[in-house]
Amino acid sequence: MTPPRERWSAIEIAFWIVPVVAYFALPTFRTFGSQVFVAGLFALSLDLILGYARIVSLGHAAFFGLGAYTAGLLAHHGFGEPLSGLAAGAVVAALAGAATSVLIVRGQDLTRLIVTLGVGLMLYEVANRAASITGGVDGLSEVPMWPIFGVFRFGLDGSTAYVYSLVVLFAVFVLMRRVVRSPFGLSLRGVREGERRMPAIGVSVTRKLVIVYTLGAAIAGIAGALLAQTTQFVGIDVLGFQRSADILIMLVVGGAGYLYGGIVGAAIFMILQDRLASLSAAYWQFWLGLLLVLLVLFARGGLIPLAEGLSRRLRDRRVKRGRGPQEAGGG
Amino acid sequence: MSAATPASMLRTTGLSKSFGAFAANTDIALALAPGARHALIGPNGAGKTTLINLLTGVLKPSAGEIWLDGERVTAMPQHRRVKRGMTRTFQINTLFPGLTVLESVLLAIFERTGVGNRWARRVAAMRDETAEAMALLASLRLEDAAATPTRDLPYGKQRLLEIALALATRPRVLLLDEPAAGIPAHASAELFGVLAALPRDVTVLFIEHDMDLVFRFAERITVLVGGRVLTEGTPEAIAADPRVREVYLGEADHG
Amino acid sequence: MLSHLAGILFDGVAYGALLFVISIGLAITLGLMNFINLAHGAFAMLGGYVAVMAMSRAGVPFLGALAIAFVAGGMAGVVLERGLYRYVYDRSHLDQVLFTIGLTFMAIATAAYAFGPGQQPVHLPPYLTGQVNIGGVDVGVYRLFLIVVVAAITVALSWLVEHTRFGARVRAAVDNRVAAEGLGIDVTRVFSVTFALGSALAALGGGMAIDVLGLDPTFPLKYMVYFLLVVAVGGGRTIKGPLIAALILGVFDVAGKYYVPEIGSFVIYALMVAMLAIFPNGLFGRPR
Repeated sequence: MTPPRERWSAIEIAFWIVPVVAYFALPTFRTFGSQVFVAGLFALSLDLILGYARIVSLGHAAFFGLGAYTAGLLAHHGFGEPLSGLAAGAVVAALAGAATSVLIVRGQDLTRLIVTLGVGLMLYEVANRAASITGGVDGLSEVPMWPIFGVFRFGLDGSTAYVYSLVVLFAVFVLMRRVVRSPFGLSLRGVREGERRMPAIGVSVTRKLVIVYTLGAAIAGIAGALLAQTTQFVGIDVLGFQRSADILIMLVVGGAGYLYGGIVGAAIFMILQDRLASLSAAYWQFWLGLLLVLLVLFARGGLIPLAEGLSRRLRDRRVKRGRGPQEAGGG
Repeated sequence: MSAATPASMLRTTGLSKSFGAFAANTDIALALAPGARHALIGPNGAGKTTLINLLTGVLKPSAGEIWLDGERVTAMPQHRRVKRGMTRTFQINTLFPGLTVLESVLLAIFERTGVGNRWARRVAAMRDETAEAMALLASLRLEDAAATPTRDLPYGKQRLLEIALALATRPRVLLLDEPAAGIPAHASAELFGVLAALPRDVTVLFIEHDMDLVFRFAERITVLVGGRVLTEGTPEAIAADPRVREVYLGEADHG
Repeated sequence: MLSHLAGILFDGVAYGALLFVISIGLAITLGLMNFINLAHGAFAMLGGYVAVMAMSRAGVPFLGALAIAFVAGGMAGVVLERGLYRYVYDRSHLDQVLFTIGLTFMAIATAAYAFGPGQQPVHLPPYLTGQVNIGGVDVGVYRLFLIVVVAAITVALSWLVEHTRFGARVRAAVDNRVAAEGLGIDVTRVFSVTFALGSALAALGGGMAIDVLGLDPTFPLKYMVYFLLVVAVGGGRTIKGPLIAALILGVFDVAGKYYVPEIGSFVIYALMVAMLAIFPNGLFGRPR
């Protein structure tokens, strides 16, 4: 991958203007929109782990769920300050991430799959059995949120939730954008591009991966907390395998390793799911599976590299066509 | 010159490595004085790269000890040995295909200066390190390729980048694994210049098949055959040694 | 107390035997082609549904239905391997995971559509039900049947691997694929046959598992982690590796659920994660 550009490109700026415009243009979709941002943030957290650290995780929802339950339980037991809930979710998820990273970073792909899967399943079991605390399969439904900064209430129309989740997503994104362009981000690209050379220049790859994994877990925790706060409900499926699989799909549809891939993929996935899943759950699952198979066979890397490749080819063709008349005239 | 020998910069005693029944290295004893220019030669399969892997910590020895400037490093992981001053290059280019030349060198410099985990500063704003990187690239005539992705570099320049990455760690002991590998004889002048310009206080051990290179730069030569040290001495002594000639001439006969 | 222990051991061994016969195909796929096939459980599910259909629609007796399931699994393996899987052999593990999860989703959706979301009932023939007393311990006849069948399969597999030319080719290809190809072994063909056999065994296991593990469209995902555990801990280089891993898994799962039911499956995850931490390459693996 080419070195990341410093300045915000026109496409990037346009990308972030769209949700702002959508707030005014599509007022009935604010609740849905906030969920797209939550999913986008969640997918962004997985991008760090999958796109940059190349760790295949089937249990990233564990951290999402931990964040959701942390923030949810905090509010449930009387402390509904939103930003504190985000912070608490991040901390709890980060601790879990750091603890499990020890097993993840040293293992091979299969081990990583199992450990991530296993941790997710274990947490699901715990949440299920501790139903008196978590609400079990019925979920945690009383999550009263205080107004943000004491001013912005979470209303039924989803306006506050929309702006809140968009701002959080953007803030974390800007932070990640900075990280990717920092020495640490460079070392992550180094691990991705040439893992074998890294110890030979004095880098403990394990340590880098632990940091990245913990960071990815923390951000997933923030996303989970955001979900709990914006929907004021925590279902046990926040920890489930389906959620881990869905987020993986969102990320690879958009493209891993570009920071934008997860957000793009989340938007597409959520919109498609909204349309198709209403027809029947089995219908949605079938086409989702087919999408994955076709994606792997024909659209390696996801939509962003596909779009980049297309635009490059269009540019080349335009250049060639542009030269044509000159050559004919010059002859 | 006094009778006392200078303390070795890099020393091994009884270093051995076996893979199951196959003994790749047996009982290797090396002692490199500070500033040495030491060549390691031997036929293919003699165990030279295994030895480098043992010295740098890529492989764990089955027996023996390794001492770096008096410190026992036998159990130390690879990246810690680099921090202690021992860096290597690879026989087959082991670079970062998607990183530019400048980024690759910066990466090594950041790690050395301890800013490798800084996440809030932009790489583009790290002026001191960038200046150091450009100076290093200039000394290797790579400064024009600074913005080129490694995968787009011609082979010869990649080979120089191999060395640049190692030099960026400011090693006290530099292990070069066939630096001239794949470089045709007529194009190796550039490489020769680089090696000749290596600072005198850096201890250099290099594996090479290119005898021209070996006899031009080595001050001492160790001959490895079948995983064991056959002999060690000055270039003149090695060149005159009939056993060494037999090992190489015998190879030529079968060639 | 001791008879309880013996009973649990017996149940655990039966459960482990079932896991083994389903998972051995997955293990060899990994060991032979370094391919992570998360859709492997779908072959087991296929076997289960085929057996159910054979029994309920065609009135085939239980054992016959198992045989049909075996054949169906093998055929599905051949078709999918030649038609789809071979295009992703050289891809990254991530791509393989995505691809096989996609296939799994498609399989689950199809099963839900065709058979509905509920559990499939199975009617075991009377001679396989009930208990029998062996050495003072009452053991279930069906579980005894499982153990006997899987033991026979294990013996047959070992014979195949150790004493036939085909087995020698498999061992060579697992040990060093490039060298095996250099010796003239058609590794692609070895893999096709092995994949088909593994799928057939999975389908057979799926048919046998209906009474023990249940059968519904979520089967492949529900038990995926168990199959993966058997493969990760047991390795893909031997027959005995996955067998021992499966037996350990089976015994500890049954024991865990009996002695500490409050934390149930927690025990098995924790145990296996611990084993992977200590033996990162499995009990019998060689670092890659």
